[in-house]
Amino acid sequence: MSHPSHFAAVLLFALFASTVFGITQRETPKRMFRYGAYCFVLFVGSAVVLSWVMYLIAH
Amino acid sequence: MATASTRNAASQNAGKGFVYLPLIAGWLVPGLGHFLLRKWVRGALLAASVIGMFALGLAMKGKIYGSAQDILDMLGMAGDLGNGLLFVAARALGWGAEHVQVTTGDYGTKFIVVAGLLNIIAAVDAHNLRTGRKPL
Repeated sequence: MSHPSHFAAVLLFALFASTVFGITQRETPKRMFRYGAYCFVLFVGSAVVLSWVMYLIAH
Repeated sequence: MATASTRNAASQNAGKGFVYLPLIAGWLVPGLGHFLLRKWVRGALLAASVIGMFALGLAMKGKIYGSAQDILDMLGMAGDLGNGLLFVAARALGWGAEHVQVTTGDYGTKFIVVAGLLNIIAAVDAHNLRTGRKPL
């Protein structure tokens, strides 16, 4: 059984989803990698920003 | 950017054999649709992503939807069905939790649902490669 932290779960989710998005939404390997990296940054970045927003609302 | 020659080759390939085979195979077994089209690296990465996400979901004590009592259950089950034979194996072998009892179980349930949705995207991509809509 696995108990990852919230952030580890976000990283794993972003890694797998970005891999599939990159491969399926672009045509060449270079563009696949760039789009996958872009999606990964957006996934993780938006999670971090929303976490801070919720923290500031709660305090 | 696809060249004219790759598009021609793809459209010529589209006329041969059962067009929906990569779509169905890719749905039943993650990555198999791309393997049939000899896209070994893409197939391996897609299989690793979908199976990895599904396995992590189970490891986090995620729930496998077995019946649909309300609209949310129906949506969850639709996502789970995207996993193809992984879902069938999970149901047959009793994998996954009946009820979410730990905090990470919620994450696990979402991981399993999203793995199914990503597998559908991958299977449709294999179909697009097969029909020539996306260049090989």
